[in-house]
Amino acid sequence: MSDTATHTADHDDHHDTPKGIMRWLTTTNHKDIGTLYLLFALLMFFVGGSMALIIRLELFQPGLQYVNPEFFNQMTTMHALIMIFGAVMPAFVGLANWMIPLQIGAPDMALPRMNNFSFWILPFAFTLLLSTLFMPGGGPAGGWTLYPPLVQQTGDALPFVILAIHLMGISSIMGAINVIVTIMNMRAPGMTLLKMPLFVWTWLITAYLLIAVMPVLAGAVTMLLTDQFFGTTFFHAAGGGDPVMFQHIFWFFGHPEVYIMILPAFGIVSEIIPTFARKPLFGYDAMVYATASIAFLSFIVWAHHMFTVGMPLAGQLFFMFATMLIAVPTGVKVFNWTATMWRGAMTFETPMLFALAFLFLFTIGGFSGLMLSIVPADYQYHDSYFVVAHFHYVLVPGSVFAIMAGVYYWLPKWTGHMYDETLGKIHFWLSVIGVNVTFFPQHFLGLAGMPRRIPDYATQFTNFNMMSSIGAFIFGLSQLMFVYIIFKTIRGGAKASAEVWESPTGLEWTVPSPAPHHTFDEAPQVK
Amino acid sequence: MAHATGKYYVPHGSWWPIIGSVGLFALMLGSANALNGSGGTWPALLGLAIVLFMFYGWFAEVVRESVAGYYSAQVDRSFRQGMIWFIFSEVMFFAAFFGALFYARALSVPWLGGEGVGFFTNLLLWEGFEPTWPTDGPAGVGGDFTAIGPWGLPAINTAILLTSGVTLTIAHHALRDNHRGILIGFLAATWLLGLIFVGLQAYEYVELYQDYNLRLDTGIYGSTFFMLTGFHGFHVTLGAIMLIVVWLRCLRGHFTPKQHFAFEATAWYWHFVDVVWLGLYVFVYWF
Ligand code: HEM
Ligand SMILES: [Cu+2]
Repeated sequence: MSDTATHTADHDDHHDTPKGIMRWLTTTNHKDIGTLYLLFALLMFFVGGSMALIIRLELFQPGLQYVNPEFFNQMTTMHALIMIFGAVMPAFVGLANWMIPLQIGAPDMALPRMNNFSFWILPFAFTLLLSTLFMPGGGPAGGWTLYPPLVQQTGDALPFVILAIHLMGISSIMGAINVIVTIMNMRAPGMTLLKMPLFVWTWLITAYLLIAVMPVLAGAVTMLLTDQFFGTTFFHAAGGGDPVMFQHIFWFFGHPEVYIMILPAFGIVSEIIPTFARKPLFGYDAMVYATASIAFLSFIVWAHHMFTVGMPLAGQLFFMFATMLIAVPTGVKVFNWTATMWRGAMTFETPMLFALAFLFLFTIGGFSGLMLSIVPADYQYHDSYFVVAHFHYVLVPGSVFAIMAGVYYWLPKWTGHMYDETLGKIHFWLSVIGVNVTFFPQHFLGLAGMPRRIPDYATQFTNFNMMSSIGAFIFGLSQLMFVYIIFKTIRGGAKASAEVWESPTGLEWTVPSPAPHHTFDEAPQVK
Repeated sequence: MAHATGKYYVPHGSWWPIIGSVGLFALMLGSANALNGSGGTWPALLGLAIVLFMFYGWFAEVVRESVAGYYSAQVDRSFRQGMIWFIFSEVMFFAAFFGALFYARALSVPWLGGEGVGFFTNLLLWEGFEPTWPTDGPAGVGGDFTAIGPWGLPAINTAILLTSGVTLTIAHHALRDNHRGILIGFLAATWLLGLIFVGLQAYEYVELYQDYNLRLDTGIYGSTFFMLTGFHGFHVTLGAIMLIVVWLRCLRGHFTPKQHFAFEATAWYWHFVDVVWLGLYVFVYWF
């Protein structure tokens, strides 16, 4: 620790930081909180993952083998809620906590106490959510989209789910406010907006999206709650409401939400590819503008999730073309990543492998998205396994791979040790094979007509389902390696230098590895 | 961004957030059980009490730190920006309910009445339903009711809130010119007006329930009316409490003409509830 000498009385070091659990409960340090978020996300990744494996186990063969249909539906619903709100989002917030202050040269997040609050709400929220599995009527089973009137048949679980979602929303909003304020107010002198690393940029825009849409989700679920318990009729035609109205409000949140889960991934990949291609990012400004346009467009495409509910034709056309438009800035990004590698001196360490897999496989998900955006085609694809294949391609080899890439990329900075490269590569190859074996056949299942969210299926779908289930178990089990590698790296390994990689750009590589508890107490000067 | 002189104040180890999380957990758990008809309301109330205790303790700590001079201009900016984004999130929360109102009025009710794509819905399910507004839907959920017009109490309430915005601005100018007497007087007037507003709103609710048969479960009109005005009234109450706290701090001599973040944040919040009210007045009461 080189900066201890500069501490003043009102900003003392960890000598009076409580030890053990107390330290983690009361911490206001962005690195501690980042670690908490990441570990929590990892735990939820396994909880949600186990549910996915139950789903795939049941779908290995046609007929009902292991679970009854009610429980199956609870698994699909809970799996999605946990993966979205418990795994992917908190993992990104964890990375934001760790990296944003390091990348912009700030001493910490702008509002450190609120940062702690944002995190510690989450374990309680997920306790509420998971407890519903043990209630009369079981957990929620109407799908993560919570459509009425179906969701209103939920048993005792309904208010727990809704209030848990409120807690997650409060946590996300506070987290997002912290990110924006940190970026807008805490940058080191000379760190102008257009010098910020892309991870910071994408998170800034993600945070705007979060603050704009999490309250809308809160509104939607509040209306569900009052419809259920206080006699309002927002979603009942008899009283002049409309169940479709829920879908509009939900997807006004829901579509930006999917970008909330992909923009930070874009940021991570934009950090990693230049490092391992040993070239600066191609078209930095274009990347920033593309991110901003994607965020803007994400507010005017929501009804592409509802093409089949009976919308006026003008609405369908508008939402179709607006959705297709998103492919343009997305294409700009894919092009720029590729151009960054053009004639680069590339090496393929684990972070780069994950980033490359992201590039290829996310693009497949983007293309299937484009297919889904075509209204007449969507009539066929909607609510089929094709949709399941689409969003898993963008979310698993998309968001989740980017998170893993980021973890491998920055783990040496966090722990001071290099991870085991051989194990990392094995983990990568198992994951990438597992993911494709799981999700690629689902495209065919969907095109052939297999509906989503169903515990049984016609026998002609058997082969592809078996492949998919085998892939899922390969993918799921190989994630145990990920945990092993992480904890092995925490406990030891080759010493990492400050730079870790070969001349990477970014302020985070100017501090020692492991990054000291307090960094940038004195703001660095950015040229 | 230019770095202010002195270090950015990073507080260390705080118990308040975890107390708040436990409180919120108890509040949510208690409420969910109460809604399911088990466990009574006291666990939720206990949770609420813990949350209130957290707010009190947390803010008291921040006030102490502020008075002790720990906060640089940069910290002050963080607070300001944080408050602005918090208010934006509140705007979006209200937007969801306004969205529901507009959707019902412009789309779902006309469709139920047979307009456009709703032709067969109307013919087969709700023949004879006239899509007017206000409405409690084709099934007349909640029975016949009378809506409340924009004149009378709502107009008075509008005047009260607008006046409170003026008194607040006068108080703010007084604070900047260091006229403590005017500051305290007009700030007191502001929160008094706020409380009168809430009182009149409560009176209106009683009247609506008793004499107009307009209730929360009066179809889509009752739903949107009470959820919008109810959440708004709740926010006015919060704003008034914030004003009272700021007022008490003024009495104790807090704030300087240059540095008074809590005052300004509260003022922004108050203007925000004011603007929401104007939206309500126009779209809920008037048209
Ligand atoms: C090129 C960009 C994209 C386009 C054009 C697109 C288009 C679509 C369309 C039209 C649907 C609705 C399909 C249906 O239900 O019939 C859909 C569903 C979905 N998309 Fe995308 N998408 C894109 C990117 C993404 C990204 C980046 C993510 C997340 C990281 C994502 C996540 C999802 C999810 C989760 C669903 C299913 C939601 C549900 O019904 O449960 N999409 N997408
Ligand atoms: Cu979408």
